[in-house]
Amino acid sequence: MTRPAVPGETFTLSITIGGDAGQGVESSGALFTQALARGGWHVFGVPDYRSRIRGGHNFFQIRATRRPSLSHSDPVHLLLAFTRETIDVHRHNLAPGAGVIYDDGFRVNGEALRAAGLVPLPVPLTKIAEEHGSKLMLNTGAVAAASGVLAFPLEPLLGLLHDTFGRKGRRVAEANVAVARAAYRYATERYRGRLAYTLADPAGSVDPAVPADSEGGPFMVLTGNEAFCLGAVVGGCTFVAAYPMTPATPILEWMAAREKQLGIVTKHAEDEIAAICMAIGAGFVGARALVPTSGGGFSLMTEALGMAGMCEVPVVIANVQRGGPSTGLPTRTEQGDLLFVLHASQGEFPRIVLAPGTHEQCFEAGWRAFNLAEKYQCPVIVLSDQFLAASRRSLPLGALSLDGVHIDRGALLSAAELDRLDQPYLRYRLTETGISPRALPGHPRAVFTSTTDEHGEDGHITEEIDLRVPMMSKRMRKLQTALADMRGPDRYGPEDADVTLICWGSTVGPARESLSLLAAEGVRANVLHFTDLWPLPVDKAEEALRQAGRSVAVEQNATGQLARLLRMMTGFQVDGHVLKYDGRPFAPQQIAARVLEEVGARV
Amino acid sequence: MSENGVLDTKTYASPYRPTWCPGCGDFGILAAIKAALVDLEIWPHEVFIVSGIGCGSKLPQYIFANGFMTIHGRPLAVATGAKLANPDLHVLVVSGDGDSYGIGGNHFLHTCRRNPDITHIVENNQIYALTKGQYSPTSDVGFRTTTSPDGVVELPVNPVAVALAAGATFIARSYAGEPKHLKRTIMAAMGHRGYALVDVLQPCVAFNKVNTYNWYAERIYDVANDDTYDPTSARDAWERGTEWGDRIPIGILYRREGVPPYETHVPALADGPLVDRDLTARLDPGLLEQLKREYV
Repeated sequence: MTRPAVPGETFTLSITIGGDAGQGVESSGALFTQALARGGWHVFGVPDYRSRIRGGHNFFQIRATRRPSLSHSDPVHLLLAFTRETIDVHRHNLAPGAGVIYDDGFRVNGEALRAAGLVPLPVPLTKIAEEHGSKLMLNTGAVAAASGVLAFPLEPLLGLLHDTFGRKGRRVAEANVAVARAAYRYATERYRGRLAYTLADPAGSVDPAVPADSEGGPFMVLTGNEAFCLGAVVGGCTFVAAYPMTPATPILEWMAAREKQLGIVTKHAEDEIAAICMAIGAGFVGARALVPTSGGGFSLMTEALGMAGMCEVPVVIANVQRGGPSTGLPTRTEQGDLLFVLHASQGEFPRIVLAPGTHEQCFEAGWRAFNLAEKYQCPVIVLSDQFLAASRRSLPLGALSLDGVHIDRGALLSAAELDRLDQPYLRYRLTETGISPRALPGHPRAVFTSTTDEHGEDGHITEEIDLRVPMMSKRMRKLQTALADMRGPDRYGPEDADVTLICWGSTVGPARESLSLLAAEGVRANVLHFTDLWPLPVDKAEEALRQAGRSVAVEQNATGQLARLLRMMTGFQVDGHVLKYDGRPFAPQQIAARVLEEVGARV
Repeated sequence: MSENGVLDTKTYASPYRPTWCPGCGDFGILAAIKAALVDLEIWPHEVFIVSGIGCGSKLPQYIFANGFMTIHGRPLAVATGAKLANPDLHVLVVSGDGDSYGIGGNHFLHTCRRNPDITHIVENNQIYALTKGQYSPTSDVGFRTTTSPDGVVELPVNPVAVALAAGATFIARSYAGEPKHLKRTIMAAMGHRGYALVDVLQPCVAFNKVNTYNWYAERIYDVANDDTYDPTSARDAWERGTEWGDRIPIGILYRREGVPPYETHVPALADGPLVDRDLTARLDPGLLEQLKREYV
């Protein structure tokens, strides 16, 4: 399917909040992104943190735009520094004339900043927090000061503080509001008009050629993990088992917090093997079961994955990838598990692999995975990654809707159908589609056994050739049948581009954003984005690849795993690679620059 | 369901004949499970027997009941998931000593303290038999096998002591050579609300030439015959549970009734089993709208 490159964004303002772990960098980022969204701005916020509870530099980068955006963007126009070190760390990524807010107690050489073309904006953040509330409220003051500097109104933040802290009691909320007001006043009086970059009015006329977003507010601000959870809920997920592992843990926590409200059994298991086995047990008897994990946990699950394949048990595994190998970069992003999940576990069995690229696609994968798992009676793996899972993006409420959402339980036999059964029930009946009518334990007409050994139609162990071959073929046939449900790649940008960026999963956001940057350099490019990776819809893929320009695989791994998959399945050889495996997400500017290097000589 | 609608051991008859060696203790265990289910008036469709991998784990293949022979060491986890999704099923786990106490040791430990209403029958023959004779976690010190040619050095796992320390609410030991005792013990275990361990001493006629029928017959005694024994006392259970050698106690070694099983604490199950849910109820625009509002 062909879609516009990016929703015509021109105005971008980037803010970075940086400090030590434990200083509330991410919560400040979450607060600011949500306040901006309430104020009518579209936001994209990316946390960057280390695997430790305290100490070490963390930051949160926010991009504000008039229309929906798909990634963060460099350089940064306002830096909010909770430590002096923050200024040194982020200086290289500041735009000319960028502002730097810091506590006036820091020993910062303002003159040196000015000489470097930056605007020093010291604010007595500690003092204001202590005077009007407590030192804990420094973050609130900092966000308010940043709002003041940017001429962003204070009201959205105040409303948010009431909503957020109101639960902790009126006094906490009021103290936060007092801190915010004082910091805002200070910043406004001293610095209003000092920065060339402002967020005065999202519908303002900086670029009259770009109409304001027709959808308008209010916007939600949510992470990819949260969007996936919402999708899983509407998709009928009733069982979640997991062992905490960054960056998938928020899925388990989200479900646990809503277990009562939604009626979803949520089990924090003793290890990942137990988690997937519990989910398979639940799936076997009829629950829609989910296992969120990351690569290391998925590695532990591989033997059980084969059990789900062999015994044809529906189960959904969300692998939220992080930097590998082994413990790797625990809090960072990577797309290093694609070929692993395609091949994990011994022997051959059908599995389905989906890789959402945007928050909307996370939502869709959330419900679609359960339908596919039950329809094809096999494990479905949703490949997300830290960047997509943790980034906070604004979306109009209508962006996540029930349009198209449905429950498809496939060949599941109802109690009434089983009542009418006039011959012995065969759980693994040989069929043309490979899909056997499925019963759940508990019906007198459908008493059956299942085994991870090779088995006959009735689930009894066999090693006979005349059963092994038909059963193996039956299972594998499901992959052919499932192709009907697999989508070909989406194309963004012009059909007849000179350069085609080939990507999967979360890379689509910055890749799409890079197209306008490339266009400004005279490169007419488009993006081919693969979401349904296994079984790979080869015909659809080949058709799209035939129309590709000079092709560049853009992936967050070291070996170009999608490019290798395409080569394996279609024979298509990409012309070049833009690969990144430093654990940090691609910014559109990085993709554009490296694509230019890659194709520069020819364009 | 039996054609005649009568529940007896024939109701549980499988068309497949066991592949166990003649004289294997598993035959006695299979017969005892069938007899216990019949006496408890449980029908094949109401039971779910989960096993792992090993000789004894083939048991679900030889009984007409819902069964799932999973992977090595994991049946407790699979069974827990099934029980949480459908607490109406009578869930039995049947697996060997290697499966339960070796590769599955972590799940054993956590299932004890979790206390789901699952009956766990361990076919404990102190040997890896299906792989043809290697020492197991319960093999005695000095036991010579292909992987312990100079005799086992490690201390054996004592399942009774481990279960007791981990908080199990029902711990019993029985013997494959005493079918009546075994059936009685399984019935008591299934009648217990919560996790119930039945460690079944089981001679392996093919590979364990030490712990034979004669060896056990000379040593076992039933604590039920001892009027001073109090199975509700953890102290008594520890004392007898750690007795091993010239005398080996069998019977119900420990029981603590009235502890609500894990699944009764799960709020999502308050409205009944998950399998009865109407999944389309979630397609309510009001629900999604409410969830989305959390993010505005």
